[in-house]
Amino acid sequence: MGYVLVKGGSEAIKNAKALVGSLRSAPHIKVSQIRGRLRLSVDQVMGEGGLYAPELAALAIRQSDGDLVAASFLIRAYRSTLPRIGYSETSDTREMFVLRRISSAFKEIPGGQILGPSIDYTERLLDFGERGAVDDDQESGTEKSDIPKFKKVSDLLRASGLLEDVSADDETSGDARDEPCDITRESIRFPAPRSARLQTLARGETGAMLALAYSSLRGYGSVHPTIAEMRVGYVSLRIKHPYTGNDVSVGDVLVTECEGILSGVGATEITADNRFSLGYGLVFGQNEKKAISMSILDGTMRVSEPKTPAEDQEFVLYHIDGIDAMGFVEHLKLPHYVTFQSSLDRIRAVKSEEVGEVSDD
Amino acid sequence: MTELSTLAGTDSGALKGYNFAFLDEFTKREIRRKILKAVAIPGYQVPFGSREMPLAKGWGTGGIQITLSIIGRSDVLKVIDQGSDESVNAVNIRNLVSRMTGVETTSDTGSATIIQTRHRIPEEALTEDQIMVFQVPFPEPLRTIEPSEQVTRRMHAEQDYSSMWLHLYEDIVKHGKITIGARYPCLVNGRHLMDPSPIPRWDVPRLHRSPVLHLFCAGREKRIYAVPPHTPVEPLEFEDYKFETEDFSGKVCERCGSSDTFLDEIIDDATGDSRYLCSDTSFCEKRQRGCA
Repeated sequence: MGYVLVKGGSEAIKNAKALVGSLRSAPHIKVSQIRGRLRLSVDQVMGEGGLYAPELAALAIRQSDGDLVAASFLIRAYRSTLPRIGYSETSDTREMFVLRRISSAFKEIPGGQILGPSIDYTERLLDFGERGAVDDDQESGTEKSDIPKFKKVSDLLRASGLLEDVSADDETSGDARDEPCDITRESIRFPAPRSARLQTLARGETGAMLALAYSSLRGYGSVHPTIAEMRVGYVSLRIKHPYTGNDVSVGDVLVTECEGILSGVGATEITADNRFSLGYGLVFGQNEKKAISMSILDGTMRVSEPKTPAEDQEFVLYHIDGIDAMGFVEHLKLPHYVTFQSSLDRIRAVKSEEVGEVSDD
Repeated sequence: MTELSTLAGTDSGALKGYNFAFLDEFTKREIRRKILKAVAIPGYQVPFGSREMPLAKGWGTGGIQITLSIIGRSDVLKVIDQGSDESVNAVNIRNLVSRMTGVETTSDTGSATIIQTRHRIPEEALTEDQIMVFQVPFPEPLRTIEPSEQVTRRMHAEQDYSSMWLHLYEDIVKHGKITIGARYPCLVNGRHLMDPSPIPRWDVPRLHRSPVLHLFCAGREKRIYAVPPHTPVEPLEFEDYKFETEDFSGKVCERCGSSDTFLDEIIDDATGDSRYLCSDTSFCEKRQRGCA
């Protein structure tokens, strides 16, 4: 059927949806299986969806047949139904319960490098051994009695006077507000304050950010950071109790944090007062490529005179949102008869003019 | 705190677990305030904290936020897409609002109080009791000539539209005509240049001093703007190169015989010839029944 001309659009929509169901050929997967076995997908959806809810993210992945942008979209749409009743206090990632912590700036760092859960150091051979069919060994009973806290590598650099002050950073926007901007409550304006840039990056689509960060690294820009520290772990979120005024923990969130030292060449070279600047990335879950990309883009967007796409705030921030991008690109599937008719009318008018001119001569 | 509790409260709408009209009350209040600002400054794009909706971006998330923020239980809703009530996207949006509010829907232009539209204005004359809600892909009329939002906002502030005039002039030099199809730039209230959304040029003169409140919303681009009732809306034109609507002279709708409506061109499967049908399907049916 033509998808606009024929009556019965409702019926067709119903059938199209039913057909999607009919393509789900294997037995039903439990949400707990997705959560437990596809944890990186769940993390990515929580980050891009902007809602820390592993159970819902897993549900969304199942409902969207594994399309992670579509799953993030389900989460974002659900998020719109929830009233905003408050903001958390500032979390200090020095207090993180660290699962993984590496630095590429120093061979040895106080507290030591902790590889944690990672496949970085293993060969990427497709495993035909049905590894997925049997339960992996569960390490249980790791002693949690003495949970160490780790100082940050950036603290050391800062103590030696090698890093610029964070507060001195936001000269590009001229925005002097105490509270961070919330881009989910007000539309972003340019030049955007750093808090708005970071928030937009935190919700950005992993692939899009990866591509833009890569472009800067590869040649369209000059940021090639050294990772002072990347850590993955649980951070406690606290809110002010409405009656007692005390800080109350409302739960822990798994995050990946990356601090990149923006040393080197070109636009992001050593600052005027001979210090390094720091690019910052913080994302929900374990999503290391996104956290690193975020720290790069945080750096590139601080250039006062942008010359490359990754340095242009509007270019980066307007185009990294997966939900925006997917929706708008896919809207091309909607009927455009009227608008196209309008264009046809113009091209015919121009053509008939051409014919007219020829015969006039 | 009474206000807060009312706003945060969940009034059980038509669908269990959701607030009436999907959005929470804080959001609706914000959007209504932004609408008031838009009405106060006709054609000015008011930034707002657009929410993600259960529709894909680019599929009417702006329009639906306006509709859900202003709709009440006694409203009657009509949704059209490219003129048709039965287009899949119109059906989808109508179902969503109906599920989230339980309000009555209609395809009859005359009995609707809110009409959400993608790229058409109904052929039937509208009244001051009705509100038109337009879905907008590109709120910025200057975007085709200037990619940066920072720059276009300044151009509007200074009412600097010279590059748009130049763009039209160059178009004429190159092609002998202004070749803009839909999305024809208009000056609203003699002050702000506005993108009327991709309605055909046919519909542009119908915005001029219309008795209806027209609300425009771009969800992805996070902008709301308005043409209040009786506001002048003038398409840009030169004294010697006038604004032209689509030319359907000599063509009539095959179903209702209209020669004064916007027509969709259909290529005949068998002969390859063009046939014409009204784009506004509800109006076409009325004409066929002799009611319009």
